Amino acid sequence: MANSTEESALSTSAVGAEIEDERRAEAVRGEPPFTVNPPSGDAFGAALKDAIISALIALALAGPMVGLRTETAIGGLSLTQNWMPVAAIVAVVFFGRLFLTLFVWGRSSGIRSVAATSFRLLPSGTQLSNWKVPGLIGAIAFTIVMPFLPFADRYWMDQAIVILTYCMLGWGLNVVVGLAGLLDLGYVAFYAVGAYSFALLATNFDLGFWVCLPMAGILAAGWGLILGFPVLRLRGDYLAIVTLAFGEIIRVVIINWYDFTNGPDGISGIPRPTLFGIPFDRSDEGFAAIFGLEYSSIQRIIFLYYIILVLALITNFVTLRLRRLPVGRAWEALREDEIACRSLGINTTNTKLTAFATGAMFGGFAGSFFATRQGFISPESFTAIESFIILAVVVLGGLGSQLGIVIAVIFLNTAFEVLRELQEYRMLIVGLAMVLIMVWRPRGLISTRHPSITLKGKAKAVRAELVGEGSG
Amino acid sequence: MEYFTQQLINGVTLGSIYGLIAIGYTMVYGIIGMINFAHGDIFMVGSFVGLIAVVVLGISAATPFFLLILALLVVIAIAMALTAVWGWTVERIAYRPLRGSFRLAPLITAIGMSITLQNFVQISQGARVKPVQPIVTGGYTLMESADGFVVQISNIQIIIIVLTVVLMAGFTMLINKTSLGRAQRACEQDARMASLLGINVDRTISLTFVMGAALAAVAGVMFVLYYGVIDFYIGFLAGVKAFTAAVLGGIGSLPGAMLGGLLIGLIETFWSAYFSIEYKDVAAFSILVIALIFLPSGLLGRPEVEKV
Repeated sequence: MANSTEESALSTSAVGAEIEDERRAEAVRGEPPFTVNPPSGDAFGAALKDAIISALIALALAGPMVGLRTETAIGGLSLTQNWMPVAAIVAVVFFGRLFLTLFVWGRSSGIRSVAATSFRLLPSGTQLSNWKVPGLIGAIAFTIVMPFLPFADRYWMDQAIVILTYCMLGWGLNVVVGLAGLLDLGYVAFYAVGAYSFALLATNFDLGFWVCLPMAGILAAGWGLILGFPVLRLRGDYLAIVTLAFGEIIRVVIINWYDFTNGPDGISGIPRPTLFGIPFDRSDEGFAAIFGLEYSSIQRIIFLYYIILVLALITNFVTLRLRRLPVGRAWEALREDEIACRSLGINTTNTKLTAFATGAMFGGFAGSFFATRQGFISPESFTAIESFIILAVVVLGGLGSQLGIVIAVIFLNTAFEVLRELQEYRMLIVGLAMVLIMVWRPRGLISTRHPSITLKGKAKAVRAELVGEGSG
Repeated sequence: MEYFTQQLINGVTLGSIYGLIAIGYTMVYGIIGMINFAHGDIFMVGSFVGLIAVVVLGISAATPFFLLILALLVVIAIAMALTAVWGWTVERIAYRPLRGSFRLAPLITAIGMSITLQNFVQISQGARVKPVQPIVTGGYTLMESADGFVVQISNIQIIIIVLTVVLMAGFTMLINKTSLGRAQRACEQDARMASLLGINVDRTISLTFVMGAALAAVAGVMFVLYYGVIDFYIGFLAGVKAFTAAVLGGIGSLPGAMLGGLLIGLIETFWSAYFSIEYKDVAAFSILVIALIFLPSGLLGRPEVEKV
């Protein structure tokens, strides 16, 4: 008996010591300690200590990787030393951490969490709905007249086309991830299927863009069903990894099936889209000649811009309408709670399959547009990173939010363009930005939701915290 | 028969490497329920740290045997230590602030981290592949067939297999016997309850990442020594396959991760040997899909109980 009490006393003291240690470690790490007002004299010392530890970690991270660069040399590898960048990185980490601890984080421990929840990018609720209709009309009007505005040269049109393509892909993936809550990491597979179906149909059977577009969409939707069937039983992250694997399988098959897809060399000579059979070229039957205009290559670009604008708007419109149909409501119900769905008699199999097929179809459309715009496709364009970027757009924008996706696409595209000067540092910064934005706003840029159907009266925006997670 | 034996040896070697990476996935998934997408890139960083250590120490095939073994152990220790710091940092920056938050958010930060690590290594070490002269050479002939096909097990293969077995045994001990392992298992079962019982959950999760990164670093060093060529992109494919291994073995289960790694390694090797080398990745992924359809909780995993 005595023995056991002694033992328990020992273990308590051991736990006490451990807690003491942890407290000390916490304080060293610079996280807000449990005291309400930390003594101010100690604060600088603690911050300094914390900054020194951070700097040491930075040194351990960057030292060997940046300081010692391996170069291919005759008879093996040689080392080049460059310690200046290491010193710079360590200095930045040290002073940055010191500054942040003393002046940003140290002030009030509560500020960060309060700011994170109360800050809204857009005014929520009724304020937003007042601006919604004029804003929407204004935005659509702007996109329609944009090609004729004075600043719209080749560069801006290309950017606009890229932005719209990604908007369309984002909206398509949003059906699967945002509405149905099925995490799809292989969306680029459908994009690839669309692009390759169009390219193969066009080059082998001499079909035009407008004939192939619906076929590409149907084929991609078919692949969506084929993928959908086996993965129906999977949930959450398992689904994610299987879709990722599926995306890779498609890419590997495209690379290796040389006779059919021309392998890594890709397919070139994909026909350009025509306006009711009128091509956009220099010939007498060309667009410029028939309409009595002077030939310019920008005409084709503008035409492409309108095609993708219409396709993207159709995607958006169809998605918005589908949300009001029983199938769309079933998607959202499935996202919120699958078990409840099943017990209410919703056929979850069909619901998931339709979500997959619909998303895949839009991906297929976007893919065939991509093929006709580029005139050349190769497996290089359909890597997993592309899937990640599309998913990042959906999540950064705020799952299920159509407007958020547009904002996220414009943001990412602008970031890519602004950072173009930095060349190889571009992706590094984009990667870090993705991390920081998610830490700052885990629910995405637009995190409020508008219910697609209400009992009566106006729909009120639902705060992000109250929305289901899409755990599919 | 001889050909089969040779492929078996190659497959077990490859499977050991996958298994070591898969442990990192399975532990992280077990404890916080997320796919650590950056883990494949942690493996890649580990292989680069190992490569740099090899070059700094000036190890080559000419180094005497005992010195070579000693030097390799030093390389592995350095790689484990530095890569563990990377693993810790990734967790601290990208995952800890999002603990208990929206489920997809850490997935996106993981993808962001993966992009960051790849590009960091690409910038700091260059985009070209890094060839390494073979360091551990020689081997043993096991059998020889009538038509002259020689079955060999090379020294590096022996080192990889032995090291993996030792590490696995040590690691299993760590998880099953030590207080750290107990804390780790407790957090895996119920993080909130564990924290009520005085376990520092955050620290345990950090240590999980540290351990996973250290094992991935060993896999990285082995990869450098075995294949003799690395680049900044090896992490992606190795990562996906290791995750496949973790899922196949039953995610959250340590022996499962090892078994899954072995199976994936064997499948890939036999597929390349008997069918076509181009489609070996397809084979690995198809196995994943098939396994998940018929065995959703993996070979050694516990079936998930759905609570309403």
